Amino acid sequence: MNKQLMYGTHAVAEAAIQAGCRYFFGYPITPQNELPEYMSMRMPQVEGGVFLQAESEVAAINMVLGAAAAGARVMTSSSSPGISLKQEGISYMAGQELPAVIVNIVRGGPGLGHISFSQGDYFQSTRGGGHGDYRTIVLAPDSVQEMADMTYEAFDLADKYRNPVIVLGDGILGQIMEPVVMPKPRKKLPDKSDYIVNGRIGRPSRVIKSFFVANKDLEDHNWKLFRKFQMIEKNEVRFETENLEDAKMVVIAYGTGARIAKGAIKRLKKEDENIRIGLIRPTTLWPFPSKIIKDTSRSISDFFVFELSTGQMIDDVKLALEGSGHVHFYGRPGSVVPAPSELARVMARQYYQLQKAKRK
Amino acid sequence: MKKVYSRPKSLHNVANHYCPGCGHSIIHRIIAELLDEMDLQGKAICVPPPGCAVLAYNCLDIDMVEAPHGRGAAVATGIKRVQPDSLVFSYQGDGDLAAIGLAETMHAANRGENITAIFVNNAVYAMTGGQMAPTTLAGMKTSTSPYGRNPQNEGHPIKVCEILSMLDRVAYAERVAVNSPANIKKAKKATKKAFEHQLNKTGFSIVEYLSPCPTNWRMGTIESCKWVDDVMAKNFPLGVFKEVKCK
Ligand code: SF4
Repeated sequence: MNKQLMYGTHAVAEAAIQAGCRYFFGYPITPQNELPEYMSMRMPQVEGGVFLQAESEVAAINMVLGAAAAGARVMTSSSSPGISLKQEGISYMAGQELPAVIVNIVRGGPGLGHISFSQGDYFQSTRGGGHGDYRTIVLAPDSVQEMADMTYEAFDLADKYRNPVIVLGDGILGQIMEPVVMPKPRKKLPDKSDYIVNGRIGRPSRVIKSFFVANKDLEDHNWKLFRKFQMIEKNEVRFETENLEDAKMVVIAYGTGARIAKGAIKRLKKEDENIRIGLIRPTTLWPFPSKIIKDTSRSISDFFVFELSTGQMIDDVKLALEGSGHVHFYGRPGSVVPAPSELARVMARQYYQLQKAKRK
Repeated sequence: MKKVYSRPKSLHNVANHYCPGCGHSIIHRIIAELLDEMDLQGKAICVPPPGCAVLAYNCLDIDMVEAPHGRGAAVATGIKRVQPDSLVFSYQGDGDLAAIGLAETMHAANRGENITAIFVNNAVYAMTGGQMAPTTLAGMKTSTSPYGRNPQNEGHPIKVCEILSMLDRVAYAERVAVNSPANIKKAKKATKKAFEHQLNKTGFSIVEYLSPCPTNWRMGTIESCKWVDDVMAKNFPLGVFKEVKCK
């Protein structure tokens, strides 16, 4: 397919359709309205496509639950406050082992917050979010192309593990326009006939549930989920690195934060060709790329975490480091976009101070 | 010897878990008989609720998808949209359908989803120990209305069938009771009609069953059945509230 200029939200929606998603249930909330709007236009054009505007976020996620149980590739999208409302359904789907893709175009919080953007939903996304002992896979794109690619892949991951997958964008990634090459239409969808409900003909009846009367049964179920989450941690960690080889300080950032960080590093390199700053960009936030961070700490002791929050991913960085290395932090939580020049200034101060201290 | 009564094949061969005199077991039986008679066991998908009927799948031998409390109509919507030819029904109590899930119920009905709500009205939250429900009668004592439901404070009981029948895309709404052989017969007829409407894709259908809960009403089983006639049905009149033409 050719390169086309697209909004992040539209790229997500189109990629979902290419991935075989034929059911979308959503509810309006800024800054992701362009996504359901696009779906309302596109779904009726594709065979079997259903767009339904639900009466609430709660209803939307439960329609997703029903459609997933009936075997569909299904998606919903929202923004932070709406994602809070969906947590009940996400928890049930994790318990019932149902696949679905949930897109969060994150805005400012807590509460009504701000309609622009933020990275304040990191905890909510990576810690399960709803009640109970579960995890969701969390993908963190940093461009419109990745919004498309990761949404496409999210459906495969959801089906592979029968678990909800979250695509964690933000108001900026949703609203910017960039050239994007759409993934090819998925022709063959996974066979789900061994677990979905479609009427008990030629087989015993099936129950898709998360309720277990006997305590022991629930414990077994939780261990079963745990083993699945362990598999995901083993197989699905994703990240990108830049200039780690000779780095003296490593920046860790994801999504829009990583984009700003890349700009800042580039700027510093232009000013001082001897500056040695590397980057680790987690593209899965759960499972978190702990190993590469720990491994890097064998040769580099300074890590600079940048987030568009007061510091949430930093906890995972510290857990990864297990006490080794020093973690520095810079954050802008108030829906304010720091320019690369601002971040560059902070990074440079940190970097040169560290080098000076080492020389002493 | 001629067999006149036996277990429907849509019912598992187990003792049900409901209290003696409970309406749930009768409603289960009605559904199972109809699934057999209408040859729908292989087409049926039920959405059971949290509550006393959470284990409906131990009784009814059909596919089921458990819904969060109150979300039955939304889950059923999702299933039905993917499988328009299945018989999809939610099985919900009064707190589930008319309190926490009222929005989902109203909007599924308003969209005219081709699903059926099996609505069990026993005027209390039964599984949690008999708290006040949206359908608790004025003056009725429950564990959270120990002085009796006071309409000045808690409002009057919600009449679901009456409200839903105002919506254009509701195809069928009937209130029945399962407290006597005659009423059970009528309840079965109503349920059959609701299923027929769904199969004919005429829109949303609901059957509300006034259903004894002797345990939480703190009455004997016979007294409970009498109370349905003498008190409950006076507040919740039986009958058809809406029926569109079945194609
Ligand atoms: S508590 Fe009431 S509704 Fe629940 S099983 Fe017993 S009689 Fe039936």
